[in-house]
Amino acid sequence: MQTVKMVVTGPFNAGKTEFIRSVSEIDVVSTERKISSDAERVKETTTVAMDFGRITVDQDLVLYLFGTPGQKRFDFMWEILSEGMLGFVVMIDSTRPETFREARRILETFRAYAATPYVVAANKQDLNDAWEIDDMRIALRLSPKVKLLPCVAADKESVKTILLELLYSILAEMDALEY
Amino acid sequence: MALKGNLRDFTITQILNLINLAQKSGTLVVEGPNEAAKIYFREGKLAYAQFGQDDNSLAAILYRANKISSAQHRAIKTRAGQMSDKELGLLLINANYMSQQDILNSLQSHFISVLNHMFTWVEGFFRFDTEAAPPDGKITVRISLENIIMEGSRRLREWEQLQDEIPSLDMALKFVDRPGANLRSVNLSVEEWRVASFINPKNTMRQIARATKMNDLEIRRIVYGMLQAGLVEIVRPEGAPPIKSFTQRVVEEGNKEEHTSLIKRIISRIRSI
Repeated sequence: MQTVKMVVTGPFNAGKTEFIRSVSEIDVVSTERKISSDAERVKETTTVAMDFGRITVDQDLVLYLFGTPGQKRFDFMWEILSEGMLGFVVMIDSTRPETFREARRILETFRAYAATPYVVAANKQDLNDAWEIDDMRIALRLSPKVKLLPCVAADKESVKTILLELLYSILAEMDALEY
Repeated sequence: MALKGNLRDFTITQILNLINLAQKSGTLVVEGPNEAAKIYFREGKLAYAQFGQDDNSLAAILYRANKISSAQHRAIKTRAGQMSDKELGLLLINANYMSQQDILNSLQSHFISVLNHMFTWVEGFFRFDTEAAPPDGKITVRISLENIIMEGSRRLREWEQLQDEIPSLDMALKFVDRPGANLRSVNLSVEEWRVASFINPKNTMRQIARATKMNDLEIRRIVYGMLQAGLVEIVRPEGAPPIKSFTQRVVEEGNKEEHTSLIKRIISRIRSI
């Protein structure tokens, strides 16, 4: 049995756990704990080690989805999680511009670990106060070559689109490979 | 017990705060990542400061503060090279070259700049020696530490923010190829032009900092400004040691078809969810 993995990363409360939950065939193995810090109290619980979802591709192949904890104090986990990944998704809460700077930091950190394809998912695009995709691209200083995609983490079809776009990027990179 | 430790556990701000509150006298020696500094205190006030092996003579400090010309600096070194700073100071005041306040202001600015520079050191060791006094013949001052600590805290916050924006100096920079992004149409400072002249995907930010003699805070500050202005983007340095990604493994193992098939199987499965 071959296993491959993708990593879902992003700032605190960006929707990483929900993203994985939407497509995982198993209940997400989540390591959530009640939040103790007042500054981070925009939700009740947070991921403290990693989320873990699974998609069985066929009898020989399994895709694992790993969600990283969003807070900076857990960034020692990121290098471990990113080793050998197919690619990664950076989740960003479109309604919380105060987290964009943190998102950039996470993106730069992951890019430094490995030259791996990635896409950026602008989550919570169904909410009224979500930023426009074009505005987010400018705020996040993403080059036009980077895929910045609208996303609703609770919607399975939306999550599928993000994962497919990442896989298309991986395919395109492999097609461009020269031996 | 001697006051000594690691800057990771006890920051410069915390050390100064302790010296200030305890009204300590003595010498603080800090060995940072690439340089060292000696700071002298008297009853909790900054008295004297020196960076490693830098020329800390009064003549050099006045020259760096543009209080004397390079010709005057040379003349002082030639004719009054053996004089102590105190003797030289008296000579300059008596000859009406400058006032006592000019000299004290230049010294204070220099000592404060030494401390300000140290606030960005997060690695290194420190020790506080209550016996050591400033070198003989040096002019000492009395500067309260409160304002320096406040300024240091501000710098630390800026440093933390810049580190968030630019976590690694081992990445390189390249000019964006966005239409309209023209470096010549932007007003850059001398320091920014110096950095700009080294921007190339082959040069890491750390190498640029070394070439332009900037510390980590200074290079980050300039790069951050250029990033904000949309002039440059951070890229992986050309020629960097390869970090094995999935696609690089494909190249190494030489089985592109097999891996392409694997990705296509995943695509097919996800479409069917």
